[in-house]
Amino acid sequence: MRRNWDAYLFLAPGLVVFTIFTVFALGFAFYLTFHQWNALEPETPFVALDNYQEMLVDERFRRSVYNTLYFTGASVPLSMMIGLAIALLLNQSLRGRGLLRTMFFLPMVTPFVVVAIIWKWLYNGDFGLFNYYLLKAKLIDEPLLWLADKNLAMPSVILMSVWAGVGFSMVVYLAGLQAIPDELYDAAKVDGAGPWARLRYVTIPMLRPSTLFLLVMGIIGSFQVFTQIFIMTNGGPVDRTTTMVFYIYEAAFKFYEMGYASTLAYALFAMLLAFTALQLKLYRRADA
Amino acid sequence: MSSALDAPEAAERAETKESRRPPHRRRRLSPGALLAYVVLVPGAILFVAPFAWLVSASFQHMGDIFSWPPQWIPNDPTLDGYRTFFGFGPTGKDQANVWRWLANSVFVATSVTVLQLLFNSMAAYVFAKRHFPGRDIIFFGFLATMMVPPHVTLIPNYLVLRYFPLFGGNDILGQGGHGMLDSYYGLILPGTVSAFGIFLLRQYMMSIPDELLDAARVDGASELRIFWKVVLPLSVPALAATAIFTFMFVWEDFLWPLIVISSPEYYTMPLGLALFVVRNRTAWDVLMAGSVVATIPMIVVFMIFQRKFVQGISLSGLKG
Repeated sequence: MRRNWDAYLFLAPGLVVFTIFTVFALGFAFYLTFHQWNALEPETPFVALDNYQEMLVDERFRRSVYNTLYFTGASVPLSMMIGLAIALLLNQSLRGRGLLRTMFFLPMVTPFVVVAIIWKWLYNGDFGLFNYYLLKAKLIDEPLLWLADKNLAMPSVILMSVWAGVGFSMVVYLAGLQAIPDELYDAAKVDGAGPWARLRYVTIPMLRPSTLFLLVMGIIGSFQVFTQIFIMTNGGPVDRTTTMVFYIYEAAFKFYEMGYASTLAYALFAMLLAFTALQLKLYRRADA
Repeated sequence: MSSALDAPEAAERAETKESRRPPHRRRRLSPGALLAYVVLVPGAILFVAPFAWLVSASFQHMGDIFSWPPQWIPNDPTLDGYRTFFGFGPTGKDQANVWRWLANSVFVATSVTVLQLLFNSMAAYVFAKRHFPGRDIIFFGFLATMMVPPHVTLIPNYLVLRYFPLFGGNDILGQGGHGMLDSYYGLILPGTVSAFGIFLLRQYMMSIPDELLDAARVDGASELRIFWKVVLPLSVPALAATAIFTFMFVWEDFLWPLIVISSPEYYTMPLGLALFVVRNRTAWDVLMAGSVVATIPMIVVFMIFQRKFVQGISLSGLKG
């Protein structure tokens, strides 16, 4: 046991950084939620639960929660289902399989800022490619405003995010599919199961670890949607795309209300925890 | 780009699967394959089309980018967008910092990756292989924070950087200057350790047999030497997987640089591009060229390490 003191030396650099930027930061953020801490003013008075009370009656906060749930509820299942469909189709010996897989994966290896820039252009009301091809196909009579239309803005952001996220679901599902033993399919065939029955009773249940992983990661990721909002819509029109992280960003770095912004951040944290706990519970119940 | 993701082990597995199937499945084009082509080929084209257009537009004159119908192959290819972007075109004066952005991104992403690998693996090693008082409590502390979204620590960390003592003109109490804001320290330091990375590496290092380490100890190797010469080389697959994720994550990170950095000389590539969109709404030719430039390093890293990347996804994904 004499040699063990040096274990702390190995641990030290990581632990110092972790202590400052995670442990202390979490505590400090909690402290901030009870203070009115405007970065521009010297006074930072203790305000007890004012920030929390303000949050509960804040229309923009409600709007941001609604938008975040809307975004998550649409983009996560869509990316997963499309990713699963592509993975199922790709999971056979095909000529050009690798090429196809790469094509679907391409958005994953592009900086997200670039993806947002491309799509901002595609959605452009005057010159965008979407309007051009939809008009040409006579699907619409006049150009759509996409990101500037208050009912279309969020669906547009969702479509772009699904496009960007499908490749990840596909790769995870492909890995899951390859881990399913052939014997299960053979047994199902002997029992007379057709392709649909095999999919329904063998493939999908066997993919449950992949599905749970994608669901948890997808919800965590989409609760934190920010970059595409900042670049494509800046939260507009009329807050229709103001998500929780975008609102936190605005509160902290546009209005410099660090206390209130920290309160909003803790609300996001609480929602994430609740959702994840719920999922794990549902998953476990289904498992039993 | 062709077959960039064609991980050989997957192909092998597909082959063995096929050889086990009854012979009638080996017809030229099974219904499944036909369906796959009918659905996947148009789908894949839709997925790639925006990139194709991006690359094409980056070689077009400003007027041609706006033309209807869109030009998929530039009628009059030009490098003007790239020239202006890199600051040696007629109107390129204010973009002269672009090389700097690129260098900043490379520097920051590399520094974070190297430091994180080092710090993570050192911590992972003692969590996996050493016994000392408090080990499990500290490890649990790391694990417990894995669920915390980065946005909860965003604001306090901004304030910590700003009031960091003795940096950026601050006195010992953290007053008077801007601290680590608007500096490389601010971009790099908070990212140099990751609970998730430690967890992954620890799981991997648990599989290294203790006998190997004991043998090295009997031979008189110091703990540092054991770590460096035995543990690290054996952990290369896990290290590589986490390194790629970290590098790509930092390369494309946007929110943190947006908050920490205010001087253009410290802009990273994504930050520079994004602020370019917000500020110069009209210079689309330059923007398209810049987007292509920002994408290339990620694609290069991905192509070099693609096998590790796919392994990394299954490593991180399906054990957790």
